[in-house]
Amino acid sequence: MALLEVKNLGISFGGLRAVDDFNIEIEKGQLYGLIGPNGAGKTTAFNLLTGVYQPTNGSIKLDGVNMVGKTPAQISQSGIARTFQNIRLFDKMSVLDNVKTALHHEIKYGLVSSFLRLPGFAKGEKAMDEKAIEILKVFDLDQEAYTLASNLPYGKQRKLEIARALATNPKLLLLDEPAAGMNPNETAELMSTIKLIRDQFDVTILLIEHDMKLVAGICEKLTVLNFGTELISGSVTDVLNDPKVITAYLGE
Amino acid sequence: MKMKAKNYQSLLLKIALIVISYVVVFFLIKSGVLNRQYRALIVPIGVNVILAVSLNLITGFLGELTLGHAGFMSIGAYAGALFSLNVDLPRLPSILLSMLIGGVVAGIFGFLIGVPVLRLRGDYLAIVTLAFGEIIKSVLISMKVTKGAKGLSGIPIYSSYKNFTIVFVAMVLCIVFISNLVKSRQGRAVCAIRDNDIAAESIGIPVSKFKVMAFVISAFFAGIAGVLYAHNVGILKPTTFDYNKSIEILVFVVLGGMGSIKGSIIAAIILTALPEMLRGAENYRMLLYAIALIVLMLFNGSGIKEKLFPKKSHHKLQKAGE
Repeated sequence: MALLEVKNLGISFGGLRAVDDFNIEIEKGQLYGLIGPNGAGKTTAFNLLTGVYQPTNGSIKLDGVNMVGKTPAQISQSGIARTFQNIRLFDKMSVLDNVKTALHHEIKYGLVSSFLRLPGFAKGEKAMDEKAIEILKVFDLDQEAYTLASNLPYGKQRKLEIARALATNPKLLLLDEPAAGMNPNETAELMSTIKLIRDQFDVTILLIEHDMKLVAGICEKLTVLNFGTELISGSVTDVLNDPKVITAYLGE
Repeated sequence: MKMKAKNYQSLLLKIALIVISYVVVFFLIKSGVLNRQYRALIVPIGVNVILAVSLNLITGFLGELTLGHAGFMSIGAYAGALFSLNVDLPRLPSILLSMLIGGVVAGIFGFLIGVPVLRLRGDYLAIVTLAFGEIIKSVLISMKVTKGAKGLSGIPIYSSYKNFTIVFVAMVLCIVFISNLVKSRQGRAVCAIRDNDIAAESIGIPVSKFKVMAFVISAFFAGIAGVLYAHNVGILKPTTFDYNKSIEILVFVVLGGMGSIKGSIIAAIILTALPEMLRGAENYRMLLYAIALIVLMLFNGSGIKEKLFPKKSHHKLQKAGE
């Protein structure tokens, strides 16, 4: 059984059918790409998968469990984590605290422990610190653990967002244009990081990307969206050489 | 290891600061150095510190603008005062119980006002909380049990400067609880909601729950501050708790720096004492107070704390990174 099964997913904003009859099946451990021209509905699809929007119709199943109707917070706890196209970090918090916030459900202690600094607090905080630093090390951010997130350079902010998403211990990680605004060197580094986290964190990845070099370099399977509907799905070479895809991007 | 030693050092420093300030106030009162006018400031300062620190939890850490903090204060004040007026108990259990009751009742109202907060942001929330404060005032005026516009009188004086220990302890507990909270797992969730609520939800933070929690805790302490106020003054009038009072508390928080607890404390102390200090200026008193506010605001764009200890906080951040 596939890890993520999406069937016939659709959403309408008034008369606009932003996503229509969207189907996707992602196997565990896969690196899956979702591409398409601007305005094709890729981010809307992400917002449907993460509960930001409620679909008008269709079903989303993660590991056979229904995700439709859950709140974004519940979906995160069920195992879908995401990053955002326009970076959304906790700007006024340190890099370490950004990741620790994402460990909210992983390591717990009660409100009374917090008020009174009971042993539970110290134990929990220590465990969180260790876990967070461990994650930051993977992204080479541990040296900047105490920097404010907003003071990080752009590339590192992107990385921190991925680190924060991974801290929720997801089964499926959704990356919304992770390479946007990166130079070729940064993109190359990002590609190896993405592969690394797939293997190290045992996570399945679905990513939206416009950088075809990145898509061709790391994705195993692709789905192309155009005008809210699925144009084609298949292996990377098949999809990228398909005349329909070329037409969608470049016109007749 | 180094971190641990440093933590202990700062803890000792804080305890020393608490003890010293207690002893100083104690001797100032006992020795008679303070005249009546200044003695009368001690309890209001403590009350205002509690109000400022508790409001900071909503405005500074949760990042929501509310203009109804005096409403929570009045609920606590009336609930506590009605308790000690109607139940005959010795001083200490009476004031402790009425603080608990005042805090809890205010907390319940914090929950009730916290629920619409989930749907409102920014200006809209400010208007709703402003209205909330005014509704509370009107209800207090029209209810029989609160004696209407005449207000309650003859409330036993349990928390005047003579018993300032109770005020001091309440103030310290409020500061300790709230500063501990904001540096905890729950506090991080609250700050995350302030910085980016969509991202907070995306990593599984139940946004609604923590917004309501912040409101309840903040209202609880405002209620306690109200009880202490009531048992210091002895009379309660609904008009004391109008929006001017809410704005006054907000001024402490804004001037002290949003999200800075130290700043809230310092600002509350200075701005409570300032009008009394300016008594000599007679008619120009409020004018000078207003000018002082403007000057302070210009001088300190980023909060009192950052201006006073700019290098220290920077240093701390680097040290911790080692």
